[in-house]
Amino acid sequence: MVDVATLPTRHAEDFRYADLTALASLWPVKAETIVVPAGERRALTLIHTGEAPLVRDLAVALGEGAHFALHVLNAGAASGRIAVRATLQAGAHFHLGAVQLAGGDATAEIVTHVTHAAPDAISRQVVRSVAGGRGTANYLGKVLVQPGADGTDGEQSVRAMLLDRTATANARPELEIYADDVKCAHGCAVGELDAGGLFYMAQRGLPPELAKRLMLQAFIAEALAGAEDEAALQDQARAALEALL
Amino acid sequence: MLQIENLQASVADKPILKGLSLTIGAGEVHAIMGPNGAGKSTLGYTLGGRPGYEVTGGSVMFAGQDLFALEPWERAAAGLFLGFQYPVEIPGVSFVQFLREAANAQRKARGEEPLSGGEFLKLAREKAALLRMDMDMLKRPVNVGFSGGEKKRAEMVQMGILDPKLAILDETDSGLDIDALRIVGDGINATMRRPDKAVLLITHYQRLLDYVQPDFVHVLAGGRIVRTGGPELALELEEHGYEAVAA
Repeated sequence: MVDVATLPTRHAEDFRYADLTALASLWPVKAETIVVPAGERRALTLIHTGEAPLVRDLAVALGEGAHFALHVLNAGAASGRIAVRATLQAGAHFHLGAVQLAGGDATAEIVTHVTHAAPDAISRQVVRSVAGGRGTANYLGKVLVQPGADGTDGEQSVRAMLLDRTATANARPELEIYADDVKCAHGCAVGELDAGGLFYMAQRGLPPELAKRLMLQAFIAEALAGAEDEAALQDQARAALEALL
Repeated sequence: MLQIENLQASVADKPILKGLSLTIGAGEVHAIMGPNGAGKSTLGYTLGGRPGYEVTGGSVMFAGQDLFALEPWERAAAGLFLGFQYPVEIPGVSFVQFLREAANAQRKARGEEPLSGGEFLKLAREKAALLRMDMDMLKRPVNVGFSGGEKKRAEMVQMGILDPKLAILDETDSGLDIDALRIVGDGINATMRRPDKAVLLITHYQRLLDYVQPDFVHVLAGGRIVRTGGPELALELEEHGYEAVAA
C-alpha cells in the first residue's frame, strides 16, 4: 500500500495473505494518483488476466460531490494485487465492484482503505471471489469514518466461493468510526455452492458442471453490474471463469 | 412406468422408508397421503436422487431402467420430474435461462436437437399462459421474491416445458389459495393426463384431488404403504383421519 523501497513482510496487516514472491519481482510499486475534482465523475476498469503478476496501488481523492466508479476483474494466471486508498470529501460517492478468480496457486487480492473525511459521502464495495485449486482470494478492506463525517453511508459486501477444499479465501472487512449518525454495513461470507440449489438444478436435468457454471456466472455478474462497457467486461469475466472450472 | 419394490431408505442413518412397494402404470394418477413424518417427502427425494437420501434396500424400475443406476440429471432426462414442496431460489439465474439450459441438457442426453431461442420462448410463453403466469415473471431469477403460491405455479410451468413422463408432485397444493389451486390442478391435467404419462401426487389434503382425480389413493404410514383404495379412500381419510383409517 505504501511505495517504500523495501518489500513488506507478512507482519504488515495489508500483506498478511499476500503472495510475497510475486510481489518481490515488481517491488517497489509506485502509487498512481487519481484526482476526481468536485462534482465530477470518473470511472476506471482494471483487468488482470495475464500470465505475469500484477500489482497496482491507487490513491483516489474524491472532491465534494465527486463520483468514482472502479471495476476490477482480477483473474490472472499469476497473482494480482489491487490496492486502493480512497479519500472522500463531502457528498462524494466511491464505488468498487470487483470479481476475483484465483486458480492454480495464484493469489488474487484487493486491499482497500476508504476514508470518509467529510459528511454525507457514500462508499459501496461489492467483491465476489471464486477460488479453486490451490488458489487464494483475499479482500482486506477498511472503512474509516473521521470525526465530523456525519451522514456517512458505507457498505462492504464481500462473498467468496470455494470450488475445492484446497482453495483459500480470506475476507476481512473493517470499520473504524469516529463520527455519530453513521450508516455502515458489512456483510461477509465464504462458502461453497448451495447444495439445495445444485440438486434442484440436477432434478431439472442440468449436469453438475453446467449447474455450477450457471450459479457461478450469476454470482460474479452481480459485482460488475453498472461498469462502463459492462457487456464486454461480463464476457471477459465469464471467459476467465471458464478457465477456472 | 414405475415399479417400486420393497424400497428402504435412510436419512442420516435413520431408516425412513421401510419396505415400500408401489406400481404406477402409464395413464394413471396416484395419490399418496399420510401423516407428517410418514416418509412422503423422503419418497420423492429418494426417487429424485437427492444427496443424503441413501437407498439401503429394494429396487425401482422406471420406464424399463434401473432408476438407481442413473444420476439425478439422467433421471430427469429419462422423464422423471419432481415438483418440490419448497422450490429453491437461485439468485442471478433467470427462469428463462435456467429452463432453456435444462430443456436442452435433457434433449442432448436423449440425443435430440436443442431448441433454438425462438422455439424455447414460444414453448415457455404457451406453458406460462396455461398457468396464467406473466412471461415477465420468467425473466426474473429462479423463485427469488416469489410468493409460496407463485413458486408452486412456476413449478407447474417448468413441468409443462420439460414435458416429463412421470411427475412426482410433493405437496404442490400447499401454499395455494382456492383460485390458484384450480389453476394448478388444471395445469397438471393439461400436461400430464395422457395415456403415456403418469402422476404421483403427495399430499396431506383431499382438496387438490377434487381437481386432479386420482385412480388410486395410498396411505403411507411408518415408511410403508398401509392401505390402497380408489378416490373414495381420500374422502374417508378426510372424514376420519389417518389414525382411524391406517390402523
